[in-house]
Amino acid sequence: MMTALTAPSRLVHAFVPRKRRGAELFLLVLALAIGVGAYALVGLGRDSTIPTDILEYGGGLVVLAVVCHVVVRIVAPYADPVILPAVVALNGLGLAMIRRLDLASNTSFARQQLVWGALSIAVFVATLLVVRDHRRLQAYTYTMGFVGVVLLMLPLVPGLGVNINGARIWIRLGGLSFQPGEVAKLCLAIFFAGYLVLKRDALALAGRRFLGIDLPRGRDLGPILAMWLVSLGVLVFQRDLGSSLLFFGLFVVLLYVATERPSWLVVGGALFAGGAYLGYLAFSHVQTRVDGWLHPFDNVDSYGQIIQGQYSLAFGGILGRGLGEGNPYLTPFAYSDFIGTSLGEELGLTGLMAIVVVYGIIVERGLRTALVCRDAFGKLLAVGLSVAFALQVFVVLGGVTKLIPLTGLTTPFLSYGGSSLIANWIMVALLLRVSDHARRPPPDLTPTAADDETAVVKMR
Amino acid sequence: MNKPIRTLAVGCFALFAMLLINLNYVQVLRAGDLNDDSANKRVRDAECSRERGAILVGGDPVARSVPSNDNLKFVRKFTKPELYAPVTGYFSCIYGTSGIESSENAVLSGSDERLFVNRVIDMVGNKQPKGGSVLLTIDPRAQQAALDGLNRLPGDTRGAVVALDPTKGAILAMVSKPTYDPNFIATHDTSVAEANWKRLTTDDPMKKMTNRASQEIYPPGSTFKLVVAAAALSNGYSPDSTVKGGTTLDLPQSSATLTNEGGSDCGGSEITLTQALAVSCNVSFGDLGLKLGAQTLQDQAEKFGFNEDYFDQLSSAESRFPTEMDEPSTALSSIGQFDVAASPLQMAMVTAGIANGGAVMRPYVVQEVRSPGLDVLDEADPEVLHQAISGSVADELTQMMVEVVETGTADEVKMPGISVAGKTGTANSSEEKSPYAWMVSFAPADDPQVAVAVFIEQTDVPRPDISGGGLAGPIAKGVMQAVIGR
Repeated sequence: MMTALTAPSRLVHAFVPRKRRGAELFLLVLALAIGVGAYALVGLGRDSTIPTDILEYGGGLVVLAVVCHVVVRIVAPYADPVILPAVVALNGLGLAMIRRLDLASNTSFARQQLVWGALSIAVFVATLLVVRDHRRLQAYTYTMGFVGVVLLMLPLVPGLGVNINGARIWIRLGGLSFQPGEVAKLCLAIFFAGYLVLKRDALALAGRRFLGIDLPRGRDLGPILAMWLVSLGVLVFQRDLGSSLLFFGLFVVLLYVATERPSWLVVGGALFAGGAYLGYLAFSHVQTRVDGWLHPFDNVDSYGQIIQGQYSLAFGGILGRGLGEGNPYLTPFAYSDFIGTSLGEELGLTGLMAIVVVYGIIVERGLRTALVCRDAFGKLLAVGLSVAFALQVFVVLGGVTKLIPLTGLTTPFLSYGGSSLIANWIMVALLLRVSDHARRPPPDLTPTAADDETAVVKMR
Repeated sequence: MNKPIRTLAVGCFALFAMLLINLNYVQVLRAGDLNDDSANKRVRDAECSRERGAILVGGDPVARSVPSNDNLKFVRKFTKPELYAPVTGYFSCIYGTSGIESSENAVLSGSDERLFVNRVIDMVGNKQPKGGSVLLTIDPRAQQAALDGLNRLPGDTRGAVVALDPTKGAILAMVSKPTYDPNFIATHDTSVAEANWKRLTTDDPMKKMTNRASQEIYPPGSTFKLVVAAAALSNGYSPDSTVKGGTTLDLPQSSATLTNEGGSDCGGSEITLTQALAVSCNVSFGDLGLKLGAQTLQDQAEKFGFNEDYFDQLSSAESRFPTEMDEPSTALSSIGQFDVAASPLQMAMVTAGIANGGAVMRPYVVQEVRSPGLDVLDEADPEVLHQAISGSVADELTQMMVEVVETGTADEVKMPGISVAGKTGTANSSEEKSPYAWMVSFAPADDPQVAVAVFIEQTDVPRPDISGGGLAGPIAKGVMQAVIGR
């Protein structure tokens, strides 16, 4: 306590690097128990028997988790021990719920999702193996920016992009649908981090002071305005409110972190509010979303999904109906967009709150990684990934629970969908990579005796 | 860069806190309302597969849950469905509930908080929760007499009957015709239920599922003269006061005139108020209404329950007395025309109010709410809605209504040895439609046990033969006899 008071800066140095892989393994066992247990409960709840394929399914899940753990142990030994188990628990719960909905409506999404999960983990491993040092990514700053923008625009290419449920955010290649925006999110996070590391000093220059806040210089507003226009473009051409908010929010937050100037939040917030209001005035699909948020019960035909989501949550109540014992399948897209309310119905307020807290833990572990990270790029990258993740969770769960207008984003790790799963596992790989670097013991910089003997110039 | 990161961590915490708070709001605070929403199929399916409590009339269930052979476990069975449908309403796994099935849903389904202890016991014992039962105030014989009466009229009759216990406000009979069989939509066979639903809603010009006794309002015609007479007696008139008679009344501010039924002169150019009511003299009451003024009439009508929603146990329409009228409209309103419209329940309440010394009781149809173990959880508590007129005015008006039966237009409700008070009415809705026939009455006049309103919207009788006494009178008499004779 005394040391903390006298020398607060010592706190950071007092951080003792520990690998904590054993803790990760223990948490992984808990996470697997949740995932496999949920799968067994689905069978018990619906048919009063444990599903016959529990061994194959559970075995598959265990193998995937063990692969992740072993790879992390080898190539990122100092990585954060909480993130991976949290993600595995969410993924397992999502699979169990998708399986439960499959049984109700004779679909086979869970099988596909398991394949996507295996693929995602392969990509996760590949990312950890290829990106041995996250600072290498800084060299690809503009490449990533370019790739991100191209990916964002892919769905607008005629013949490639397809309109699904009113939003043009999908591409279809040889029978496979993919949401390139999910990967674009990662590319843009890398791009923003790299770009802002370079420009932070220029952007941090204060302009005029107005109402107690330092407003930036006019010419420094360029990048934020450009990003604002890109976000509006996403909103206008792809009709995707959620991604629009996500990209813009990500950029503004990183700008704030890089420059340490809260004024960017004010400017960004004002631009967002203005853009959202203009969008509301100009586009009927935005009005529909807002109307469905404020008065869903006035138009049962149009807003049936939101209404069903609300019924679903209410039906779940505090303790939930139990896995396999509710009617989540009455909600359209209960396995993807509305998996949040499906879980709320069967696991209740208790279960859904636990899930939200697990998301919160992932975000706060990511931000903690940013705090202890020693290089600016790593800090910005970890903040970007964590905040984008937090925004996405907030926008989609807030949307399905009628806290904010509903937008079409996927629920990370829970909802059905390959592109989202792959992108989010890459995100986890990058976070683990940054955290491995951040939590590693600092390199020993004391010169060795051997240097003294071969030194050309005598230093001491 | 660590300070902004710490700020962001707090910001993210705030986002997640909002999610958590909202979840508590939806899943706990709003859950009750959302679960009670009649469009909520989840709750309906769950309730479909639950043993729902019975709706009882007398000692017998008119709606109960019986085991079904499908995954919903129980199906709702209505006995004497067409007789009781206007009161019980329907219970469907697809289309929700109406009537008592809807308003007493919490008790019937077992989710009512008064059944909390039962639910906990069921939960601990791992048993399916059972619903409580609801005993209605309906008198089965009066109910049967009412429907029999309507059925005796020729052709496709449309009409309604309401009988009240004047001293309590308990509904003794509530019948609407045409009626329907709620079993047709209670069935778990979805395609059958859908076809029947379509037949009863979009494809049904007769509106079989509408409870004409409380859900619809119609011009009350001459039965409304009771309200005008009540206003007159409360404002200085006596039964023997002379009022204007004759064949016509010139309406002020217009060239139109008001005439009597059949062009009669009501027995002179100056007649008593008693005489005017006995022969249902339009000229007298039009003139009386003009003299009393629109505001006085409105005040009196509202004391009887017009322009007010006083009944929430079944869906009901507010009866209407127009506000801010010119003089010709006031004269027309005084004979129950123009924009005046009342449900049969409302006219039964006017009659019951006069019978009950001027105190209009709030109507109710639920006598008792019982737990699955048959403990009485709640009992009806009669309450006065309004004191519409003083006791002495009520006595005078009763005497005038007895005169209507003895010497006037309501000859058909006379009963041997029992003095009956009544008033007939016919009302024109439009030129093409045949006039509505009304009869309101109560008996015995000196110790009222039942007040009844009979309304005939349409029946297969030639236009000149339509009269309140002739069509509706025998039905009212049958219902009164069923109650008094018990």
